Amino acid sequence: MEGLRPKLEMFTGEEADRVIDHALGVLSKVGFLVENGDAKALLREAGIEEKGARFHPPEAAVRQALGTVPARVCLFDRDGALAADLGGDRVHFDPGSAAIHILDPGTKRRRPPVTRDLCHLAWVTQACKNIAAQSTALVPSDVPESFGDRFRLHVALLNSKKPIVTGTFGTDAFDVMKRMLVAVRGSEKALTERPLAVFDCCPTAPLTWSELTCQALVDCARSAIPAELVSMPMGGATAPVTLREMVVQHCAESLSGVLIHQLACPGAPLIWGGSPAAFDMRHGTTPMGAIETMMVDLGNAQVGKRLGLPTHAYMGMSDAKVLDWQNGMESGIGAILAALSGINMISGPGMLDFETTQSLEKLVLDDQVCGMALRLSRGISLDSAGEAVELIRELTVLGNFLGHRHTRASFRREQFLPSRLVDRATHDDWEASGGADARDRAEGEVRGILARGNPAPPADDLGRDLDELIRAEARRLGIEALPEV
Amino acid sequence: MADSDELFSGLYQAVLSGDEDGAARLATRALDSGHSALETIERALIPGIREAGDLWEEGEYFLPELVTAAQAMKAAMAVLQPVLGAEAKSLSLGRVVIATVEGDIHDIGKSLVATMLSANGFEVIDEGAGVPVSRLIERAREVDADLVCASALLTTTMPRQRELVNAVRSAGLRAKVMVGGAPVTRGWAEQIGADGHADNALSAVNVARTLVGHRAAG
Ligand code: B12
Repeated sequence: MEGLRPKLEMFTGEEADRVIDHALGVLSKVGFLVENGDAKALLREAGIEEKGARFHPPEAAVRQALGTVPARVCLFDRDGALAADLGGDRVHFDPGSAAIHILDPGTKRRRPPVTRDLCHLAWVTQACKNIAAQSTALVPSDVPESFGDRFRLHVALLNSKKPIVTGTFGTDAFDVMKRMLVAVRGSEKALTERPLAVFDCCPTAPLTWSELTCQALVDCARSAIPAELVSMPMGGATAPVTLREMVVQHCAESLSGVLIHQLACPGAPLIWGGSPAAFDMRHGTTPMGAIETMMVDLGNAQVGKRLGLPTHAYMGMSDAKVLDWQNGMESGIGAILAALSGINMISGPGMLDFETTQSLEKLVLDDQVCGMALRLSRGISLDSAGEAVELIRELTVLGNFLGHRHTRASFRREQFLPSRLVDRATHDDWEASGGADARDRAEGEVRGILARGNPAPPADDLGRDLDELIRAEARRLGIEALPEV
Repeated sequence: MADSDELFSGLYQAVLSGDEDGAARLATRALDSGHSALETIERALIPGIREAGDLWEEGEYFLPELVTAAQAMKAAMAVLQPVLGAEAKSLSLGRVVIATVEGDIHDIGKSLVATMLSANGFEVIDEGAGVPVSRLIERAREVDADLVCASALLTTTMPRQRELVNAVRSAGLRAKVMVGGAPVTRGWAEQIGADGHADNALSAVNVARTLVGHRAAG
């Protein structure tokens, strides 16, 4: 029997409704800008009022769009098995996405990632038991830049089975990325039935849909590929500095996305996500580890839930540059808070330095954080409630319960059993095994995973199909040689 | 004399406290009381904005204080500019054309750099975001720019910075090129042959000063 699911909320229900009302007010009174032709046409067709360059949707239009968004989005792995069930308070993690650098364990400094690192990232993600999905979390520097977005997806598909959180860097990327996904499933219909990837679509704060990200939103809707709205208001820079008003703006931007998306295809799958940041007033950076960033994330997720949508946030990452105290502190706090809020997809593990640097060692360490967070989100079970008195009476007779059937039957479910990365050894054992710290242990863990090679090679014909697709795309872009995947 | 000291210290304070209205009002009063625009700038505005920068570097000031100080400076300059006339040329540290490159819509860092350059005495022409190299070259030629600045936040758009460097050279422009943006490193700047690089707005000002041959004056 399920007990109380521990739950954290930033607003009372009434206050959350007021946030939504204010966001609807922002949309009807202030309006939003759209640079994309397809989206403009959709909004005009729907009769949304245009004043100057801005669209001013009335509440009814937005409510109608909200009414057609599915409350649940399921993601399936490359083999077609259910891997993530987004909706309700069900929690999942995926690595923080689109880093520019990788933290090199040898030098302890960042360096440009190459294709090999991308393969390794997929292998390590595959090995992380508490991470449900992979993401195209590194941008390889050894292929031409204009090709990076689609090539990342190619590499991900060949090196891990897990579903993928990804995105486009140019409007011409969507088509070939979709063809890759269809190649895995066999048909467009099969892909619609069993989504394999999610595309991030980011409005520009304040209240603007750029050409590229809006095209991705419309393309996703039309192909019934799940889109993830990632609004990024920065408090004090591109949004008011007060947290509540950040949530209002965040909500208004996401609602404008819901409207465009559902106009393009009512009923298409959509995730209410975000990556807000409390702007750092000293350095002008966008700290993901700031507690105010997380508070806005939680407020936004609560609003999304109130609207009945699957939710997402960029949490559980750190702005530290190396794997130090700050890294563990910020990542742990973020993952726990996100899990307590029941956010359905939490993007963060592995990520450092304001979403710019991925670390494989951090990824395996964060997998343990995710495991604890997932455990916490299950709360305290009531399964043994009926036996409580009897159990404890027996215990007084036996003296200890290590040999009791109840312990044997329940401990694996009751306890999150950490890997060796979490040190719970006695002092002597710890010393005897080399006195390693968490980072040393993580390096060893990653070395082990990499030594085993690709854990999820595709079947021969799929590998061939994907290879042909990417080579044709490379030729189209005038790229001759590709790195080995 | 005491009066003018008081006036200038008031204007200095107005800049420092980010009081746009006060700065404009006191700049007007300075002109009305017979001070030249140049004297007003040198005795109040420049010390004010410089102090704001110093306070930021010391950790006393935060960005909203720095940016509002820059805006107050700008408000006072708007009053003084029309009467500067011939003096203007000698005052400007140099002309800067700045933009985020084509294919890239990240403009916050670029705008921050533009604000700080302009507050620190550069004449800044901000072309916005998503700007093709060809337009930057055109503008640079048109205004005879001393410096062309390009921001790129995506690995996919960084190559536009290289194209800019090459285009500036092959167009035979005398302008120097400074680049920046989150993924841009010193190594990248060197690799593409840019003249300068900075990873925040204040060091961008310092690099710009060095590049156009002006040292931070006294
Ligand atoms: C905010 C943000 C956005 C906003 C931008 C809003 C706006 N009006 O600018 C929105 C939501 C629109 C956005 C969109 C996208 N983004 Co974005 N974004 C960011 C984020 C979180 C912060 C950027 C920022 O404003 N920082 C604050 C400012 C003040 O800092 P700054 O720009 O670095 O500027 C400072 C210095 O760099 C320097 N500087 C800057 N320019 C210059 C120029 C010169 C000449 C000099 C000297 C100095 C200098 O001084 C500045 C002041 O101190 C970064 C993460 C990051 N760490 O950078 C991702 C990030 C840059 N985005 C990223 C991505 C992937 C995207 C999208 C492609 C996502 C998508 N799939 O839709 C789109 C791109 C659309 C496009 N074609 O441009 C990636 C880039 C990955 C990569 N490998 O290239 C990043 C790193 C996040 C991530 N890890 O995923 N993004």
